[in-house]
Amino acid sequence: MVAHLVSLALESIFINNILLALFLGMCSFLGCAKNIKTATGLGIAVIFVLTITTPVNWAINHFFLKPGALAWLGFPNTDLSFLVFITFIAVIASQVQLVEMLMEKFSPGLYTALGIFLPLIAVNCAILGTSLFMEQRAYTFVESIVFGFSSGIGWFLAIVAFSAVLQKLKYAHLPKGLDGFAINMVVTGLIAMAFMSFAGIKLT
Amino acid sequence: MSIFKSKAYKTFKKPLIEANPISIAILGICSSLAVTTQIFPSIIMVLAMTFVLTFSNVTISLLRNVIPKNIRIIVELVVISSLVILADQLLKAFLFDVSKQLSVFVGLIITNCIIMGRAEAFALANGPWLSFWDGLGNGLGYGYILVVVGFFRELLGAGSLFGIKVVPDFLYSIGYVDMGLMLLAPGAFILIGILVWIQNIFTGQGEQH
Repeated sequence: MVAHLVSLALESIFINNILLALFLGMCSFLGCAKNIKTATGLGIAVIFVLTITTPVNWAINHFFLKPGALAWLGFPNTDLSFLVFITFIAVIASQVQLVEMLMEKFSPGLYTALGIFLPLIAVNCAILGTSLFMEQRAYTFVESIVFGFSSGIGWFLAIVAFSAVLQKLKYAHLPKGLDGFAINMVVTGLIAMAFMSFAGIKLT
Repeated sequence: MSIFKSKAYKTFKKPLIEANPISIAILGICSSLAVTTQIFPSIIMVLAMTFVLTFSNVTISLLRNVIPKNIRIIVELVVISSLVILADQLLKAFLFDVSKQLSVFVGLIITNCIIMGRAEAFALANGPWLSFWDGLGNGLGYGYILVVVGFFRELLGAGSLFGIKVVPDFLYSIGYVDMGLMLLAPGAFILIGILVWIQNIFTGQGEQH
């Protein structure tokens, strides 16, 4: 069991990295990587939100939305799975809001460090994507916690690595037209290639 | 031709190249990379996206005077997700194979920044007619990049187009090999980078950061 979970974690951090292999969360990745501090802050916020939202969405999906999930209320034939999108996005948006409020109350230091990034995250496709993958691959509750957390770690590693490369890139002389978006994509491609070399690692 | 001078036409044309949502505004990159391993799913994705974008623009524009400022993001999300559910159900009903292949990326149209971006930047400030053309233009501007990327990835990666082999056999027999990298994630990143570079050379728009 533990080996299986570790293997799942390794897979979602390195092999199926949520950003570099599944392309989720590109917008904030490209937008917020200009300096390493910002990138680290955003990365930590993503880990945090993913670890919370994925299990909560799992519970909602398991007890309300899955085909036959309403059996405990006496509706064994009800299938609400078409509501998955709208429920997940509502849950994510409200949880981000909740986390923001709790953080402001109980840990003002962390709040000022992450504050501006939290609202941004509600519309980050990495969060919704992770929940949707969790639903599609039919993970168990424990697996969904591990999956959410390690996807966050994967995203964090990717954005910090990218932002470190960008620091060096500032001093490079690039051909006209290649600077900006074009070179960012090429750099991301090269990082993705490096992460691909982890493919094939399996513990179980 | 008066039609080419109308405001609607200008609104429609601007996002195609000049203000392209992907290559210039850098929005909605996720799906443009994820679904483009083949050209056919890319086209379906473009249709779904254009549908959602156009109608969310129109709906939000119609509602723009009644949406309270503070909760506008939530209202926009509700409008967008209802349209995405519609698109997803239609795909599942009529194009099940493609819908399986696109997997979660149809659902991820909800968080595609192009839609939110257009709703915030255009639909909230303009009437439904112009918003309609703006949505259509942005959808097609997004689509043209997707189709081009899908074309190259399928051609170079699998030697086929629309699932039909186009690279002749004799090329393989003299040593031509499909470039498997194109089907993987890094190929997509690098290819889109190069495409944007080429577009920047032709339009003379180098991004200044």
